[in-house]
Amino acid sequence: MAAEAIAGAFAPGDAAANAAGLRRDAARERLALFGLCSPAIVVVLIVLVIPAGWLFYVSFIGAGGAFSLENYARMIEQKSYARIFRTTFEVSLATTAICILIGYPFAYFLSQLPRRAANLCLITVLLPFWTSLLVRTYAWLVLLQKQGLVNSWAIELGLWDEPLKFVHNLSGTLIGMVHIMLPFLVLPALSSMKAIERDYMRAAASMGAGPVRAFWTVFFPLSLPGLFAGALMVFVLCLGFYVTPAVLGGGKVILVSMRIASNIELFVNWGAASALGVVLMVLTLATLWLAARFIRLERLTGAH
Amino acid sequence: MKHHLLAGVAAAALAATPLVAAAQSVTIASWGGSYQEAQSKALFEPASAATGVTVKQETYGGMADVRLQVQTGAVTFDIVASGSGSAARAGAEGLLEELDYGVIDVSSFYPTAYSKFCVGGDVFSTVYAWNTDTFGENGPQSWADFWDVEKFPGSRSYRGSVAGALEPALMADGVPIDKVYETLSSKEGIERAINKIRELKPHIEVFWTSGAQHAQLMKDGEVDMITGWNGRFDNAKKDGAKVAYSFNQALLDYDCFAIPKGAPNKDVAMQFLAEISKPEYQANLPKYITYGPTNKAAYGLGTIDETVARALPSHPDNAAMQLPISLEWYAEWETIASEMYQEMLTE
Repeated sequence: MAAEAIAGAFAPGDAAANAAGLRRDAARERLALFGLCSPAIVVVLIVLVIPAGWLFYVSFIGAGGAFSLENYARMIEQKSYARIFRTTFEVSLATTAICILIGYPFAYFLSQLPRRAANLCLITVLLPFWTSLLVRTYAWLVLLQKQGLVNSWAIELGLWDEPLKFVHNLSGTLIGMVHIMLPFLVLPALSSMKAIERDYMRAAASMGAGPVRAFWTVFFPLSLPGLFAGALMVFVLCLGFYVTPAVLGGGKVILVSMRIASNIELFVNWGAASALGVVLMVLTLATLWLAARFIRLERLTGAH
Repeated sequence: MKHHLLAGVAAAALAATPLVAAAQSVTIASWGGSYQEAQSKALFEPASAATGVTVKQETYGGMADVRLQVQTGAVTFDIVASGSGSAARAGAEGLLEELDYGVIDVSSFYPTAYSKFCVGGDVFSTVYAWNTDTFGENGPQSWADFWDVEKFPGSRSYRGSVAGALEPALMADGVPIDKVYETLSSKEGIERAINKIRELKPHIEVFWTSGAQHAQLMKDGEVDMITGWNGRFDNAKKDGAKVAYSFNQALLDYDCFAIPKGAPNKDVAMQFLAEISKPEYQANLPKYITYGPTNKAAYGLGTIDETVARALPSHPDNAAMQLPISLEWYAEWETIASEMYQEMLTE
């Protein structure tokens, strides 16, 4: 391919042939690259596109086995569905916000530490990450319930008199979800912070910016893409979270995933649960699309 | 080729031992926890020893798992333990094999404890239970007491789904026990029950979703009063939980065994069900969990002593104060009632 392109370039006087050759070459290269990708494309098709399409199809099958919109109509008629979606988005947003508040400073701290110390501290994030999600969730239940370790120690020490209600409610759900989601925010944020040249901060300092100003005008904007990627990942993962809210929410914080599970139990047709899955997927894609616009906007304003 | 190999092995087994049954096996799926342990010790293991059928046990998540297996044509369960109501629905949906009562002898069963698709395995009650540290041995004596947060101040826990949740609410609201299902057979009646739960909701700390969970809540002393299945509370008590319950106004229900449509070892499963439905096995179940036999003949064997018998949901004295669950009501109203219940839960 390359030889042909070079030969084309040396053909005297024929610029048109040259351009055509280059085009041909580019097309061939694209095809070759596409060929290399094809196994991956086939896999994505089989494990993602076909099942999602099937889900979409099934959601239009009613209890009678024929085409029907009843699964979607039900979601509009019953107020509980709208409330569940609202709760899901609120809980996901709150989890993401808390993850940012805890995760960003932590990632910043790690990025400023010497390499060895940073790796050591990173273990505190990674170790729970490698532990089973179910185990961690139940551990929170054991720690935080009325007769749990936290309450009994605090009462023993006289910090408070009556056991505080940490679990079986929204706060329990948030504590558990933040703990499980934190690595998904810290890791991308940290990698983007590590990529920021320290010289930039020195340059800012040499031009008279104090540490705070240097941070906000130089470091923070440069770390945003990583933070944003992490936050987006946390948010999207939260939207479909099942185990932790089911165990720590006390049956009062009902998210879409839980309703999908109960609809599978309750209704004869898969459509009742599939339709919920489709709506959740559409809302998630819409969120991603909005986020993508927001990022582009961010880059534009950052460029000036 | 695999089949040839298997046939070869089977032939070799046949040649080696006259026990044909040794090659037979069934896979049984149940609910896990202290319940399945009791079933295993009283029914599955002894029946396996007696018949030579190898039993493989699994836990499962209910009829949705069976539906998935049947619809994809990959049925691995031969027998599933189920609630009576969900078995009735699954049977109507075509997910279960019809049981052959020529093989399974139900002549001495309670007449309500078996159906076309499901043969009763034990009788249980949905009761109110309380923390004896908070209320002593004489806790609430009726559903009205369960609702009375002034007489019995403390946190409550209630079921997170509609099954067995509406009947108590109506009784608390003053509906006589024999009029409960009549009242519930309209949207207004269901709404009345749900309104009663709305009233109690500020005091309901946890809406539980499984038997293991409601037993654990009492073991941990997380709530002061709860609804749930009597056997689980007795076993929690054995483990040191401070819990007591009453059969007054409880809901009398039964668990049963069914065979999924297209089960790989259907005939063996039918025979195995016939075996575990015999009174001598059923009489052993109360040793491990306080659920009563569905086969009345089990009481006549002398295996169940009088004190144990008196503590069982199906003992005549206990059964007399309870409301038997109406499968017909669940078949007709459960889906509608469940949607209304979800409204209340998400408010």
